[in-house]
Amino acid sequence: MIRFDGVTKRYADGTVAVDHLDLEVPTGEITVLVGPSGCGKTTSLRMINRMIDPSEGRIMLDDVDVRTIDPPTLRRGIGYVIQQAGLFPHRTILDNIATVPYLLGWDRKRARSTALELLERVGLAPEMARRYPFQLSGGQQQRVGVARALAADPPVLLMDEPFSAVDPVVRASLQDELIRLQAELHKTIVFVTHDIDEAIKLGDRVAVLRVGGKLAQVADPATLLAAPADGFVREFLGRDRGIRRLSFVADTGLRLRSDLVVPVTSDLSRVAGVAADVESPWLAVVDEDNRPLGWVAPADLPRAGTLRDVRPLPYGTFVRGKDSLRTALDAALLSPSGCAIAVNGDGRVIGVATRESLDEALALAASEAPEPHDAPVREDADG
Amino acid sequence: MDEEPLVRWDWIARNWSTGRVGSISSLLVDHIVMSGLPIVLGLLAALPIGLACVRWRRLYQPTAGVMNVIYALPSLPVFMFLLPLTGLTKATVIIPLTFYAVAVLIPAVVDGMTAIPDHVRQSAVAMGFNPLRRLLQVDLVLAMPVVLAGLRVVAVSSISLVSVGALIGQGGLGNLFTDAFKRDFPTPAVVGIALIVALALVADGALVFLQRMLTPWARVRRSA
Ligand SMILES: Nc1ncnc2c1ncn2[C@@H]1O[C@H](COP(=O)(O)OP(=O)(O)OP(=O)(O)O)[C@@H](O)[C@H]1O
Ligand SMILES: [Mg+2]
Repeated sequence: MIRFDGVTKRYADGTVAVDHLDLEVPTGEITVLVGPSGCGKTTSLRMINRMIDPSEGRIMLDDVDVRTIDPPTLRRGIGYVIQQAGLFPHRTILDNIATVPYLLGWDRKRARSTALELLERVGLAPEMARRYPFQLSGGQQQRVGVARALAADPPVLLMDEPFSAVDPVVRASLQDELIRLQAELHKTIVFVTHDIDEAIKLGDRVAVLRVGGKLAQVADPATLLAAPADGFVREFLGRDRGIRRLSFVADTGLRLRSDLVVPVTSDLSRVAGVAADVESPWLAVVDEDNRPLGWVAPADLPRAGTLRDVRPLPYGTFVRGKDSLRTALDAALLSPSGCAIAVNGDGRVIGVATRESLDEALALAASEAPEPHDAPVREDADG
Repeated sequence: MDEEPLVRWDWIARNWSTGRVGSISSLLVDHIVMSGLPIVLGLLAALPIGLACVRWRRLYQPTAGVMNVIYALPSLPVFMFLLPLTGLTKATVIIPLTFYAVAVLIPAVVDGMTAIPDHVRQSAVAMGFNPLRRLLQVDLVLAMPVVLAGLRVVAVSSISLVSVGALIGQGGLGNLFTDAFKRDFPTPAVVGIALIVALALVADGALVFLQRMLTPWARVRRSA
């Protein structure tokens, strides 16, 4: 665990970058520091590995004051990833990744074989090993940056806006990659970003800082979205915070109907009857394996042949028990029926969430998210 | 006179290597020593001074000013000034050329070091390099292309400037020019010019080769 104990950083020119910060970073979790430019995120991060020393207070790493550890030794035990990757232009990708193992005095062979493993672990082809950094795309360089930070298997990882210089598509894949890696590695990660969506996607806990280096709120993402501590946090979370909060509401509250599902082998002559029986203008069609094919509106179908003869309309699915209410809602919005198809982990259909059941679930989610009484709505106060 | 050819090959053959002082080959060796030493000494002096200027930025402006003044001094009066101290020796030529080399190489070291992207330097610190190791394994290596470019300038100019030393009898191949003038005989001058140009080309080529060997990462960048 990393603990900030009343940490203040005042620069030589008098700027207070961090102001009496008390923060705990639990072991094995991703803690995100988020806030507007200049709010002291980088400063806070760099005080952990002593690239900057605090003016007041102390930072404890597993109950040891970091100031008692010699900086190079401390840093070799803490992975560090920055925005431009900061790779060494004069070293091959493999040697870049092996940097800390070399510094720790591992023999070359072991350092390199570890580096090669990590190269693959972050999703890069082994052919990249002998290239130089400028021969890689920004996204690839960033992956190498992550591999380099992980090379000596440090328990702690500091990441300073590591994905903000790449395009949104690459960024999303790097974020997914980090989530996947973290599920295997369980590092203690401090992740800095100014992008609240990234914070909410990655963070087990999110610490929102305001300019002047003061901590505004620290909470898990669902709590943050449901109950922002004040107008600043609410403003920072943005306008569609309600929708985004649905990402953290489980889909288990959704009632599913299985009577709206028909196999593709059904005779068209009977399909209209089925629709009438279940009182729905739409039916979900599945193949012999029970996988979704799409929606049909029986009223518009011919009367002869089977469902194989018609082309079903587009559909969206969510994985029951795994995806959030937001995914289910998204799936519903992708279908002309306005309903979402629920599948199990194997992709087999287990039912349909109708508009009525989505409506119920949304109402339930809304009732569970009251604004705290001690933080009155004041959109106009800080904004 | 008009019968005298530009080059008399028999003269070259007779004077190439007589074993005496003043033979073409011994002048060539002198020339290599007198231009080579300033390059090496200049680099050895410019590295620490340049690094100090990077470390303490306030040193740089005054240092650069002094170096520019030195560079602006014409070589002949400098030789004359040094004569009472060092006499008609090679040192009289080597010392000012070393200063010229330093004057060119200090900015090269400083530029090379300051051109290192900040994020690279920061990440070296964050990885846990200690200062000396960072200097040797990161900073100096990354500054090398700019320093080597400076060295190429210094090498060619040293090789050409050594000939001025002929005025005090220490000009390496430059002595062949004075010889040619005194005797109104063009062959030595032609030989001198040809060898000096060849020497400069060889030195420059060697440095380019060195650059390719030492900085493959910069070479790939150029061809990419
Ligand atoms: N070396 C320094 N000397 C003086 N002031 C500094 C120094 N470094 C940072 N600051 C100031 O401290 C404050 C916090 O800077 P910091 O870099 O920690 O912010 P940040 O949250 O990382 O911002 P960004 O999102 O723009 O990276 C800013 O006002 C900045 O101008
Ligand atoms: Mg920053």
